[in-house]
Amino acid sequence: MNLTLKIWRQKDAGSKGQMVDYKVTEISEHMSFLEMMDVLNEQLINSGEEPVAFDHDCREGICGMCSMFINGEAHGPDRGVTTCQLHMRMFKDGNTITIEPFRAKAFPVIKDLVVDRTSFERIQHAGGFISVNTSGNTQDANSIPISKEAADEAMDAATCIGCGACVATCKNSSAMLFVGAKVSQYALLPQGQVEASERVLNMVEQMDKEGFGNCTNTGACEIECPKGISLENIARMNREYLKASL
Amino acid sequence: MSILDSKTPKGPLADKWTKYKNEINLVNPANKRNIDIIVVGTGLAGGSAAATLAELGYNVKAYCYQDSPRRAHSIAAQGGINAAKNYQGDGDSTYRLFYDTVKGGDYRSRESNVYRLAEVSANIIDQCVAQGVPFARDYGGLLDNRSFGGVLVSRTFYAKGQTGQQLLLGAYSAMNRQIARGKIEMFNRHEMLDVVKVDGKARGIITRNLITGEIERHSAHAVVIASGGYGNVYFLSTNAMGSNATAAWKIHKKGAYFANPCYTQIHPTCIPRSGDYQSKLTLMSESLRNDGRIWVPKNMEDVMAIRDGKLKPTQVSEENRDYYLERRYPAFGNLVPRDVASRAAKERCDAGYGVNATGEAVYLDFASAIQRYGKEQVKLHNVANASEEKIIELGAAIVKEKYGNLFQMYEKIVDQDPYKTPMMIYPATHYTMGGVWVDYNLMTTVPGLYCIGEANFSDHGANRLGASALMQGLADGYFVLPYTIGDYLADDIRTGKIATNSSEFEAAEKLVKEKIDFFVNNRGSHSVDYYHKKLGKIMWEKCGMSRNTKGLTEAMAEIKMLREDFWKNVMVPGDAKEMNPELEKAGRVADFLELGELFAKDALDREESCGGHFREESIELDGVQKGEAKRKDDEYAYSAAWEYKGEPGDAVLHKEELEFKDIELKQRSYK
Amino acid sequence: MGILTSSIARKVAMALSGLFLVFFLGQHFVINITSVFSPDTFNSWSHFMGTNGLVQGLLQPVLMFGVVFHFVMGFVLELKNRNARAVKYASFKGGVNSSWASRNMIISGLVVLAFLGLHFYDFWIPEMIHKYIETNPEDPTRYFAETVHKFESHVRVIIYVISFVLLALHLWHGFASSFQSIGFNNTYSKALTRFAKFYAIFIPLGFIFIALYHHFNQLLHH
Repeated sequence: MNLTLKIWRQKDAGSKGQMVDYKVTEISEHMSFLEMMDVLNEQLINSGEEPVAFDHDCREGICGMCSMFINGEAHGPDRGVTTCQLHMRMFKDGNTITIEPFRAKAFPVIKDLVVDRTSFERIQHAGGFISVNTSGNTQDANSIPISKEAADEAMDAATCIGCGACVATCKNSSAMLFVGAKVSQYALLPQGQVEASERVLNMVEQMDKEGFGNCTNTGACEIECPKGISLENIARMNREYLKASL
Repeated sequence: MSILDSKTPKGPLADKWTKYKNEINLVNPANKRNIDIIVVGTGLAGGSAAATLAELGYNVKAYCYQDSPRRAHSIAAQGGINAAKNYQGDGDSTYRLFYDTVKGGDYRSRESNVYRLAEVSANIIDQCVAQGVPFARDYGGLLDNRSFGGVLVSRTFYAKGQTGQQLLLGAYSAMNRQIARGKIEMFNRHEMLDVVKVDGKARGIITRNLITGEIERHSAHAVVIASGGYGNVYFLSTNAMGSNATAAWKIHKKGAYFANPCYTQIHPTCIPRSGDYQSKLTLMSESLRNDGRIWVPKNMEDVMAIRDGKLKPTQVSEENRDYYLERRYPAFGNLVPRDVASRAAKERCDAGYGVNATGEAVYLDFASAIQRYGKEQVKLHNVANASEEKIIELGAAIVKEKYGNLFQMYEKIVDQDPYKTPMMIYPATHYTMGGVWVDYNLMTTVPGLYCIGEANFSDHGANRLGASALMQGLADGYFVLPYTIGDYLADDIRTGKIATNSSEFEAAEKLVKEKIDFFVNNRGSHSVDYYHKKLGKIMWEKCGMSRNTKGLTEAMAEIKMLREDFWKNVMVPGDAKEMNPELEKAGRVADFLELGELFAKDALDREESCGGHFREESIELDGVQKGEAKRKDDEYAYSAAWEYKGEPGDAVLHKEELEFKDIELKQRSYK
Repeated sequence: MGILTSSIARKVAMALSGLFLVFFLGQHFVINITSVFSPDTFNSWSHFMGTNGLVQGLLQPVLMFGVVFHFVMGFVLELKNRNARAVKYASFKGGVNSSWASRNMIISGLVVLAFLGLHFYDFWIPEMIHKYIETNPEDPTRYFAETVHKFESHVRVIIYVISFVLLALHLWHGFASSFQSIGFNNTYSKALTRFAKFYAIFIPLGFIFIALYHHFNQLLHH
């Protein structure tokens, strides 16, 4: 199929960017979206133009590096996938596709479609851990039985890949799904209890400092999240926060 | 005798590690504050090492090319992690894990290292649970296990199909704690482009800031390379797009020997290639072989009808299916080791029985597992007169719980529902057992330069068993390196800060800059990917699942020619002083173009079939093992460590003879 | 207000003040609906509310504070949220993953606020003047006639109806989501959400019914 692409081009963080139109031809429906971008870049290189910079790495939906806002949606029109797993069969011959970076004040653009998500890093530094020494001299793993239900729920929260689609898709650029998932994982496990109060207070404080917006419960994040992280995690974070504050 | 000293401690195998730990030098806590360590790569090995070293009190500087340490490709490991916990009471033990790993590696690994690995494996699970890694649990609240290819016990711990992700996030959380304390200085979006040696010792690295393009000098008392494997030398692999051999290759060129480059694991269960545009291959966890049965049609007419879309796989009757693994290896069936399963798939497809348009795919079928689980559930819940649909529904629910995310991933990529129709799979390059040669301390042949995780030649010998890469990465990082590095650093407590303005740093930086300037100024005629794809084709065809003298000789010459062309005609757009993904790729492919040649040279030298290395000239000619791989222990029971001599083709071989005192070398039989 | 600097604290405060207003709305409705079938009951209940010391001295100021707080905080959050994305998307499809009501609480909220202005002008201010400035003698039977009189004008009734439709939208998202905000999301949430959605439609619809009832009743009797 033949497509028109409208892509955000921006030389670096300090420059002003704009949308630029490109055409690609003979795109197979079996290609992934990023393979289509590879075709475009090969074409640009061969014609002496600068290729479009975009983040990507594992290309199997787990590293959380890829981050495109495609046709008005984070990771494009498909559900439960990252951009790298989005396939061209979701589009039709002759379509125009708008491709923008994930936008939020806390995610400044570095170049073209590449954004800086180190705000997520700093939130994790503030409390995304259990303070246990990595000595291996811990107690036997089976000495803390954890109900299957709690373990499964913690696992569901822990599957977050930190891509930032929740922020990108939220009309308020709120990071609460991301933070809620991390807070929940530890809040659900006995190992995380000791530092639970401190953790949620510190992580939320850092989140606010980074300039993310507030949650207004639109639920868009849950729907666009490639890993289907549930809104329950935000409720749990709110609960943990209240518990810790009172 | 070789000049390689593995520094393996004396004494009985089971006591070596304990005794060794008691005897080596330690650095006292006050002095650790004065010592800097560089860790390159933040996957399971690098991440866990950085966290532990920082916790011990060293000043750690950690580097990754991604925007966060959490994105290292360890995150993509699906199936699980082995540990000799014997929670299932099925007879597992440290010795058995050691034995399985040595045997699985086709007797080409270092006995003492593997034993140590098995020994610390149980600690890893304790450690990870304490960190909050949500491993799967049974209804009693205790940890659950699954079994993996090549072994007879259930010792694999898992977190759905995302075990690597959860373990890496565990290590990442440990890092975060140390970053918050200021003990780790994290350099995201930085790529190491060379190592700096001062007085023969590794004392620093040169990096490029991938955002600004700035070339930077970083110094330390020791350098740890944990940059992963070189599977991307094949262009198409299950590795991440950015996975590269640059750090490992650069240290090789500065004096670290590179061992067994030809030992590459081709993973049997990947999603088949669909076209030339393909940029990477996606793995389906080997755990699927626990419940999936692998087959191709018995009759050629059925194969043709399937390819033409006239016949559905579900319409092929049982008697017309060839469950070739169950047929050839009745004892292990679908759970044979990866190398055996991969070659068997290739054999069937080469014979013309491949089931997709490219002729390179076999079926992985869950229908009988769904039936089996369904019937079990019917009994468990006392469902009276369950209909066929009910059984399938209940069975599918169990399969979904076990492999749900993998099935979903498959459906998203292939657009077929694996609950209803069998999956198609084909082998793909997945892991490299070869890598930088290290001694018992995990130190390379350069003093103060360490190499851990997949980047070293490690513990897996010629073939890696499922769920042991995660184990090795974390063992190296959490429990081995933090001890052994102290033995070396004990001599460095009075050294003081390493200056970065020495002539050595200057020279290394100059060379790096020159190469970058060359790339951005060359303005040739072909993109970097053009060369990478060509290299990949040579590697896959001539250094792939089975190899022969003629192909390997050709490969060496072709790669050399391709490399020369690359240095004349490569086209890198953009500038050096900015974010430039093409420039990053150019540097990495330049290194692959050298590594590929050494790979072929090593494969050519090893005229035997073992593990991931199948040599067509070396097969069993008769007996029950007829046609299977033939290992030659009397000639090739060594690790081949290559010394760089200016050109990859001129590398000099040093042999580390492998001694097996606690294990009898046997023909691997999974019949 | 120092305690309300964190995002979650503000969110909880929005939810709690909202829940309080929801409760008040229900109470208001119960009194109003009596005007349809029993003017006497309406008069006596209104009289009680208008003269009881506790209601006037305590609940009324609390309610005023609740309203002011809810909208001031709503504005503050809206501004912060708008600021959190400096460069807007060229293409943004909010409609595919969230409801219009949830994305436009500020619009529905502003309409309701404007209506509240009108409502104060219509009822509350005259009431205050009547009671506290002119200090008229108590008349426990005046309320019904005064109320019905307000629904004579077409324009006013149309504004009234539109406002309550917007209020319904505001509640449709706001009521159910306030439970999420205060951390209540569990097995009971589904039932609770269903109740909240029912309430969000039923109560505004009830108010609209009362307005139309009195409006057409007067038309018929003229």
